[in-house]
Amino acid sequence: MRIVLNGEPVDVAATDIDSLLTAEGFDPTLVATAVNGDFVPRAHRRDLRLSEGDSVEVFSPRQGG
Amino acid sequence: MVTFYDRTFESRLLLGTARYPSPEALRQAVLRSGAEIVTVSLRRESTGGEKAGHAFWSLIRDLGVAVLPNTAGCHGVREAITTAQMAREVFGTSWIKLEVVGDPETLQPDPFALVEATRALVADGFQVFPYMTEDLVLAEKLMDAGCRVLMPWGAPIGTGKGLNNPYALALLRRHFPEATLVVDAGIGKPSHAAAAMELGYDAILLNTAVATAGDPPAMAEAFAEAIRAGRRGHEAGMMAETDLAVASTPVFGAPFSPFSG
Repeated sequence: MRIVLNGEPVDVAATDIDSLLTAEGFDPTLVATAVNGDFVPRAHRRDLRLSEGDSVEVFSPRQGG
Repeated sequence: MVTFYDRTFESRLLLGTARYPSPEALRQAVLRSGAEIVTVSLRRESTGGEKAGHAFWSLIRDLGVAVLPNTAGCHGVREAITTAQMAREVFGTSWIKLEVVGDPETLQPDPFALVEATRALVADGFQVFPYMTEDLVLAEKLMDAGCRVLMPWGAPIGTGKGLNNPYALALLRRHFPEATLVVDAGIGKPSHAAAAMELGYDAILLNTAVATAGDPPAMAEAFAEAIRAGRRGHEAGMMAETDLAVASTPVFGAPFSPFSG
């Protein structure tokens, strides 16, 4: 399935956010996720089924003013 | 002591964490400034390899300061709300520095989006620190929406121009004596920060002036001192300005004076 991950198109086998994070090497405790512009809380990462063309954002802490 | 919603702090300087020459310069700047609150943000994490977010977050956690996450770079209400929700989960705080860019050149906040996003975020349990223009009516709307902290700009972000509109900033202070007022953005020199504190502002949020200084930790300390001086001056009650000279040395009994005494 092809999705857009942090702005880049990628082919993935994962069908939920939890397995996507693991497969792509993210630390699930350190990132926050959104799908198609909506926040997906940690507790819901396993329930949300990814679909072809979904846009997934994975954010982590960064410097800010 | 300064209060931000239900938390009180000694330091009236909130320090940004971006644009430092090195992580160590950032660490030293926070320590020398005495800041108890730093601003942070969220960005896309890279896949595989080194995780930039991890090292940064460890450094901040080790400093033991409170964090104020921002929604920097958001251009719309929905984007800002989603970013705030993500920040709450990652940083474990309901505080959010709400930034919604309205103009790309000046990074001037969009007042209409700001009010709409604030209403939604307050309803969702956030404590909002809105980055705003110094507009009095906007301030009123944000207070009505549930803000207890207001953060008007001194000048556009990163310009170092100081207080572009001290009259309006003073008016805000007078109008909202109960609000915690912070000048956020545009501060370039310690004297700018002192001037804002003399107006009766509660705190200063700055980043670039420290991060891009020749010696960031020394500049951080200079700002902390200026903020303390400005605050103390405000509390001490400043003299009224006059147009004509008023002699400070007593005139009575002056040498060669026609007056006897």
